Amino acid sequence: MSDVRLHVVSGKGGTGKTTVAAALALALAAGGRRTLLIEVEGRQGIAQVFDTPPLPYEERKIAVAPGGGEVRALAVDVEAALLEYFEMFYRLGVAGRTLRRMGAIEFATTLAPGLRDVLLTGKVKECVSRVRDGKRVYDAVVLDAPPTGRLVNFLDVTKAMADLAKAGPIHKQAEGVVRLLHSPQTAVHLVTLLEELPVTETMEAAEELAAADLRTGAVIVNKVREQWLPDRSVAPAADGRVDAARVRNGLAAAGLDLPPEVVDGLVAETVEHAVRVAAESSAAARLDAATGPDLGRLELPQVLGGIDLGSLYELADTLTEQGVGVRHTDEVPA
Amino acid sequence: MTPRERRIEPLDIDALIDDPDTRIVVCCGSGGVGKTTTSAALALRAAERGRTVVVLTIDPAKRLAQALGLSELSNEPGRVEAVAGEGAGQLHAMMLDMRRTFDDMVHAHAEGDRAEKIIANPFYQTVSSSFSGTQEYMAMEKLGQLAATTDWDLIVVDTPPSRSALDFLDAPQRMSNFLDGRMIRLLSSPARAGGRGLRKIVGAGFGLFAKAVSTILGGQFLADASAFVQAFDTMFGGFRERATATYALLRSPGTAFLVVATPEPDALREAAYFVDRLSDEEMPLAGLVLNRTHPVLAPLSAARARAAAESATGQGARLAAAVLRLHADRAELAEREDRLLSRFAGAHPHVAVTRVPAVGGDVSDLESLRSIGDRLAAPDDDLAATPLREAR
Repeated sequence: MSDVRLHVVSGKGGTGKTTVAAALALALAAGGRRTLLIEVEGRQGIAQVFDTPPLPYEERKIAVAPGGGEVRALAVDVEAALLEYFEMFYRLGVAGRTLRRMGAIEFATTLAPGLRDVLLTGKVKECVSRVRDGKRVYDAVVLDAPPTGRLVNFLDVTKAMADLAKAGPIHKQAEGVVRLLHSPQTAVHLVTLLEELPVTETMEAAEELAAADLRTGAVIVNKVREQWLPDRSVAPAADGRVDAARVRNGLAAAGLDLPPEVVDGLVAETVEHAVRVAAESSAAARLDAATGPDLGRLELPQVLGGIDLGSLYELADTLTEQGVGVRHTDEVPA
Repeated sequence: MTPRERRIEPLDIDALIDDPDTRIVVCCGSGGVGKTTTSAALALRAAERGRTVVVLTIDPAKRLAQALGLSELSNEPGRVEAVAGEGAGQLHAMMLDMRRTFDDMVHAHAEGDRAEKIIANPFYQTVSSSFSGTQEYMAMEKLGQLAATTDWDLIVVDTPPSRSALDFLDAPQRMSNFLDGRMIRLLSSPARAGGRGLRKIVGAGFGLFAKAVSTILGGQFLADASAFVQAFDTMFGGFRERATATYALLRSPGTAFLVVATPEPDALREAAYFVDRLSDEEMPLAGLVLNRTHPVLAPLSAARARAAAESATGQGARLAAAVLRLHADRAELAEREDRLLSRFAGAHPHVAVTRVPAVGGDVSDLESLRSIGDRLAAPDDDLAATPLREAR
């Protein structure tokens, strides 16, 4: 992923894509880099992950990365983005705010769903390519994108442009967005869990992305749980065959003399654990067969106590250990 | 009151679905929490307990759809055979086809030629297939249609997979505002529409805005939109009336909302918003379904289990250590889930709750739906013993 400047992170609802996007932005900022984490759905998900008050529509420093880097965050507000455009080309003055209050801005963006997406991706592109003093402002931009069900529609700006006039300022910018999204500077990462439905959705999304000529970067398997049983015991245990007497002896040897119903409870938990592990391996096998060796694979462990700022740094470290980082320079190519 | 005296009230699912006065159950919640599965399991259980049920699903996963006999989008209920048990009623299932529902609505409100003209308008095609909110609007319309017949004594509704559970309630209003044409008239002929008062406030800004919008969207687009709204104008009253009637139906005593969530902060936050909203709207909430929980099956603390796993030696030691470690993980997870639930319940002490322990593997046949149904209805003694925490 070293040439990539724009990392688009998506996944089925419930897979934890915002958390993964946040950890990725932290990992990419390691070693003195500067990254920008963007959300576009008005969900204030970033503020929740970093446990800060809701973000305004402006770029703000949100975390310091290991080795002196910095993560900034931006919650793009589509109505504000549209007004911003209008301000650039037409002087609306105070009328802008009144129009917004009347719902005119919302109306304009719902009138043409494509306009919404063009505005959002346009803002993302502006951040990716922004230059100050001959250097890129951001080494990498991480976009917490809509879930996989809406992803390709969202990124397929060419299609969205059909909604727009064939000329004009936004059209011109949209062409630039198309070039960026289809270039090697952009990679779309898909977050999944090792469960049937998320894996199916991930496979479908990878196909749709390929068909739309968009590059899938890595499949990021999130919330990977520890497998405690040895491999050879999983299948029998998932079938309900756990040697309860052996468990009891082992527990007794470890100094735990438990009543029979507690041992039964532990055995039942072991069976459930094995069923889940077996389901996860078959999901992993489907993913392997479908995605092949071309796609990168990253894994993040389940955080049993829930995500807080500390665990976010741990997840970022895990990504760094798996080779995630920025290696390109911030010089702007001539 | 001290936390000790306050308890989470268990939700009695069987009492709800057996009650002949319960006519409609709406399952709401944010995306990915298992609304479709919950709706299907609930409908199957109600049918097997004797009721004549129709379940309206929105976007079921392929295998679940097949299990319900929904191999293709039909937009009309089909009977699910294999509903078993003595005294069983009937289960019918359907999948919302929003485009066709919209087309049907247009046909119902406009005579031949005009209906065709509306349907052929490119702008109609955008609105009926990709406007965010159309799915919610059409789900409500379909619910209204189902409720208008006497074919069903229970209707179970799954809601669209939107980001926020509130969208289901808000979308029809948004759609309605959108279609009433005021804005489009303002944009297409700002000089005539809106009245002098409005123009005075916004001044020349509006003219510029209209110009900007037409520059961006193109003149043709606005012309299509305008033609659509004009054609739509006469039937709009009928549309709104229906939406209003369905909304009233949702507030009637025969309706019960179930809020579905998983033990994750985001999902519970959405559930909390939704509960507050229902109470503002005076809509009847039956309770919270908390899906995919991991209750411990053996009362042994995580710390004690981990310590014992470290010291296990001798015969069966490896197995016992594995068992203890997987139990410790589960106990930590369960503790977190309890914490999240009791925080929710602390802020919403009157919401009854049922917890549905996670099943390993996929829910894709009637047998697994039955087992989810059993879990939904199982009495939860631990729950009654869970003290409420004060909301943070």
